[in-house]
Amino acid sequence: MTIRTVRPDHVQHIRPRMHCLKKLEAIVVEMQDPTSGVKGSEQKLNVTTIPHVITGKDIIAWIVNKMKTPTEEANVFGTMLVAYGYIYPLQNHRKLIMCNDNSLYRFQTPYFWPSQKWLAEDTDYAIYLAKRNIRKKGMLEPYEQAHYNHLHKWLNHKWDFIVMQATEQYRAGKERKKPDRVVFDCQERAYWILNRPPRHTHSAMDCGPERLVDPDEDQIISFDQYRRMNVFFQQAIMRSKVKSSVSLGALVKYITTYKTHDPFLAPCLPSNPWQTDIDAYWTLNMRRVDLPTKMRVERWSFSLFELLTDLRGRDDFKIFLKKEFSGENLAFWEAAEELKWGTASSMRTKAETIFKTFLAPGAPRWINIDGRTMGLTVKGLEHPHRYVLDAAQTHVFLLMKKDTFFRYLKSPVYKDIQKKALNPEPQNFSPAQLEQNAQNRSVGIHPIILWKQEEEEKAKAAAASAPVDVKAMMSKIDRKK
Amino acid sequence: MCDQTFVAITFGPCDSCGNPSPLMNIYIKSEAINYCSFCVEMMACRGLQKGESLATLKTESDTLKKKLEEERGKLNDVELHQVAEKIEVLNPLSVKTRRVMKGHTNKVLCMDWCSDKRRLVSSSQDGKVIVWDAFTLNKEHGLALPCTWVMACAYAPSGCAVACGGLDNKCSVIPLSLDKNENLAAKKKSVAMHTNYVSGCTFTNSDMQMLTSSGDGTCALWDVESGQLLQSFHGHTADVLSLDFAPSETGNTFVSGGCDKKANVWDMRSGQNIQSFESHESDINCVKYYPSGDAFASASDDATCRFYDLRADREVSVYKKDSLIFGASSVDFSMSGRLLFAGYNDYTINVWDVLKGTRASILFGHENRVSKVRVSPDGTALCSASWDNTLRIWA
Repeated sequence: MTIRTVRPDHVQHIRPRMHCLKKLEAIVVEMQDPTSGVKGSEQKLNVTTIPHVITGKDIIAWIVNKMKTPTEEANVFGTMLVAYGYIYPLQNHRKLIMCNDNSLYRFQTPYFWPSQKWLAEDTDYAIYLAKRNIRKKGMLEPYEQAHYNHLHKWLNHKWDFIVMQATEQYRAGKERKKPDRVVFDCQERAYWILNRPPRHTHSAMDCGPERLVDPDEDQIISFDQYRRMNVFFQQAIMRSKVKSSVSLGALVKYITTYKTHDPFLAPCLPSNPWQTDIDAYWTLNMRRVDLPTKMRVERWSFSLFELLTDLRGRDDFKIFLKKEFSGENLAFWEAAEELKWGTASSMRTKAETIFKTFLAPGAPRWINIDGRTMGLTVKGLEHPHRYVLDAAQTHVFLLMKKDTFFRYLKSPVYKDIQKKALNPEPQNFSPAQLEQNAQNRSVGIHPIILWKQEEEEKAKAAAASAPVDVKAMMSKIDRKK
Repeated sequence: MCDQTFVAITFGPCDSCGNPSPLMNIYIKSEAINYCSFCVEMMACRGLQKGESLATLKTESDTLKKKLEEERGKLNDVELHQVAEKIEVLNPLSVKTRRVMKGHTNKVLCMDWCSDKRRLVSSSQDGKVIVWDAFTLNKEHGLALPCTWVMACAYAPSGCAVACGGLDNKCSVIPLSLDKNENLAAKKKSVAMHTNYVSGCTFTNSDMQMLTSSGDGTCALWDVESGQLLQSFHGHTADVLSLDFAPSETGNTFVSGGCDKKANVWDMRSGQNIQSFESHESDINCVKYYPSGDAFASASDDATCRFYDLRADREVSVYKKDSLIFGASSVDFSMSGRLLFAGYNDYTINVWDVLKGTRASILFGHENRVSKVRVSPDGTALCSASWDNTLRIWA
């Protein structure tokens, strides 16, 4: 079922673009300046001589000079001028692009500029097509014929009026001088190519769906809105901020740390799969590899967040924690994550399990957090909410971040994996080899299969580390006897 | 640590009604209190008190706004380009088109990468959603939705489902399968319901929760399994066009940008708007977090991209050029955060040097406006979706 929202007309086809259209128009006006603008000339088109014709080459040269940009960029800019209808091509009039050669163009008259606020109405289009029909004696282009038939059906009630208008305009046109008429016809044709583009072509007049709210409309702010704004401003003022030198320094530090890991800035080893069509880089960095690469291991040392997000790193961290008999913090953190991001229906059971395993006095994996946090958490668990463990989880995370993480980086577990980590050789391929690679791109493993494997492994690990139920064990032993 | 929300008490008994719920940390007459969102609403909507009028509230608002600007200005001791002077200049980039993905028959509006770094999902104006293996150029799944203008699509973190939404005012989740002949549209499940078009959607850290932004001016957090609305976010005064979930250790915030020229940062737990930036001159089309989560960039119809520092609470850089006068529709950072890729309505992609504020490169190739740019999860490639019916992979 589609909900039919009545979409208001907030001049969506104009509003977001007014910003750029105004700047464009200023440039177009400059281009038409008799002394400093683009030089035009008279050109013979069929039998008539048309004034003020410019070549694509000259336009692009003018743009390069004015905006100090390379030719390719000037070409793009020229194409936009054509795509928006400020300049129209004389030959090949359906393709709205700028060609950097002797192709002929003309400036569109301001009457037909896209920034004019009126919409290109169907009625006007019908009149135009009817006029063309008269002139071409029924020989319209296929897409125009399709539009004509369609409008004939939908605007049938107005058809007499349309035909009358068309005939009037046709007669008025005949009374003009031939060059003027040809020029006007070209302009009108260019306007309609822009607003009713033929199939499989693009027009810059295309825009997205109408916006709901008209932001240009003067807003009447009610008193409750002011109250909300004031609440926001007050907390924003009191919010602790950091000096720019500190925060910008941190941003720069981040970039410097990750510089060698960014495939756009440094080559990735053995090679970027998109460049060489060999996916070795992905297979070497899969979730469950025996030996990770040196770059991956280095990344784990950047922050606890990196270490935990990379599940292979988390495994290594767990090995370390097992040796130190302090795995309950990470286990609690993982359980709290599952609660936070899990389904709403599973929350209650998860909260109870977590309470029994980690927080209850005498729990099998009791975590050591300060009294206040413990009190708040236990109280909140009476009415479980997905964020009820937030305070405890943050406390535990900070503990791990400030203490355990650094001990891990200095530990034999980490140093061992650093030594054993792989350092693949950079691959270089000849053009012939690259051709071959492109023919034999590997399919890899589907993420759904990998996900199922992950879930199985997790279930196995959970069963292995679950606290032993003494009663069940005893009854099993009894039965065996 | 990325966001400051962890230090505040965000869950507990409300100071006003006593119910345990997520709390908003606000100030009443300079006193810090914790109210649940319902009590904040009640407080805002109660009738005008003695001595209060629309005019007094307005003057209070203007004074506070000025004070906020002053506070921000006090910590402004250095500019980004000054800090960037010591950084070496980038080597010239050589980025080429590596794949051209043809298959859509109409404008491609949105795309998202899968966590396996090679698959992606794309949606187009004619209602078609395609799941591709971009590496081999195989189309793995194709669905036809009953609505047009599917403006939002997202791949689930597990790789087992996709979400999409648009003019149907809904966002639906579709589980994927290994069987290519299966009719996926039959298993489609509506999760989000808005009162106007859905402009953006993203999964949070799991397949079970989804954030959406809508033309009705709100953002919302949904439980995928039950379709329940977990939290709604009110504060924008016009259509919200884009949102991004923060890549931080605590995962509690997201940023949204809208037609009211504002970019707002929200606390997901309480629904509170914690930071707001209003410096663009036109609609904000896209917002994206910096990889560390301490900053974000925005792209707007005023042809500029801007960079905001969240810890210092201000805009630190504007990326613009005289020759760029067409709106920017989409931005994304490279993996280290040094490069900012921005897709524009003049069919090009400009690559900005985030620190120095200069343009590092410009990518040509599309034949109509670029609607979305996304860097792959491991940073090896950039994918751009365009209104010329194709997607391109650049590396």
